[in-house]
Amino acid sequence: MTTKSKNKLNELRVKSKTENLSVIRDFVSEKALDAGLPMATVENIMLAVDEACTNIIKHAYKSSPEGKIILNIDYDEKKFTITIIDYGKSFEPNSVPLPNLQKYYREHKVGGLGIYLMKSLMDDVKYTSVPGKYNQVLLSKNINGS
Amino acid sequence: MAEFSTSIKEKGDVSVINLKGFLDAHTAPTLENNFTQLIENNKYKIVVNFEDLAYISSAGLGVFMAYIESVRENKGDIKLTNMSDKVYNIFDLLGFPLLYEIYKKEEEAIKKFIES
Repeated sequence: MTTKSKNKLNELRVKSKTENLSVIRDFVSEKALDAGLPMATVENIMLAVDEACTNIIKHAYKSSPEGKIILNIDYDEKKFTITIIDYGKSFEPNSVPLPNLQKYYREHKVGGLGIYLMKSLMDDVKYTSVPGKYNQVLLSKNINGS
Repeated sequence: MAEFSTSIKEKGDVSVINLKGFLDAHTAPTLENNFTQLIENNKYKIVVNFEDLAYISSAGLGVFMAYIESVRENKGDIKLTNMSDKVYNIFDLLGFPLLYEIYKKEEEAIKKFIES
């Protein structure tokens, strides 16, 4: 039963509103600091999670504010992992090309920068979708031992 | 809730936007309004001072992408100044230093406009 209470502590449920991004960032930074991560790493994780949740709000839920976003954080001495679940439209990460900034500049496009940031800031980014059921993104950062 | 605010001051014909707090998908529209307003008033020489900005996400970076072209088409520019290392690193990661002039101090950016 200890697992259950631990999960509860490490879980955050919010509605898909952009004003909740700061709530999400505060939650993530508090847990990452508890895990003993250095400030620079904490900030990078916070930004990666912000990007993932911004994408969920804008794309999975198309800015409708009533969608659910569930974050779970798990860590041990080797790895800090954030799992984010939503019940919106499925996301196909392979359909997002790596950004070509010059092209973006010409076309006023900004989407895709968030995914690029997530992949740059984290050690692993994994998307899983069960269409019509849920989408999950798993972000993890290795913790350097020794 | 994330705090974000901007203030605009005029230095000659250069408009300086000061950013303060957290710039994310929730607060980006505030900055968009500033740019829209400046462009409506034909003010295309714009310096953005990042000194008091604590945080930026790609939604914030996107604001600069959205307005740079129309500003440059009108012989103006958006020059960025006083970034913390943390904020600069995010700009750098996305290759922004290739597209924008970034200065250490606000005065340097204003001087560039006066000289050009």
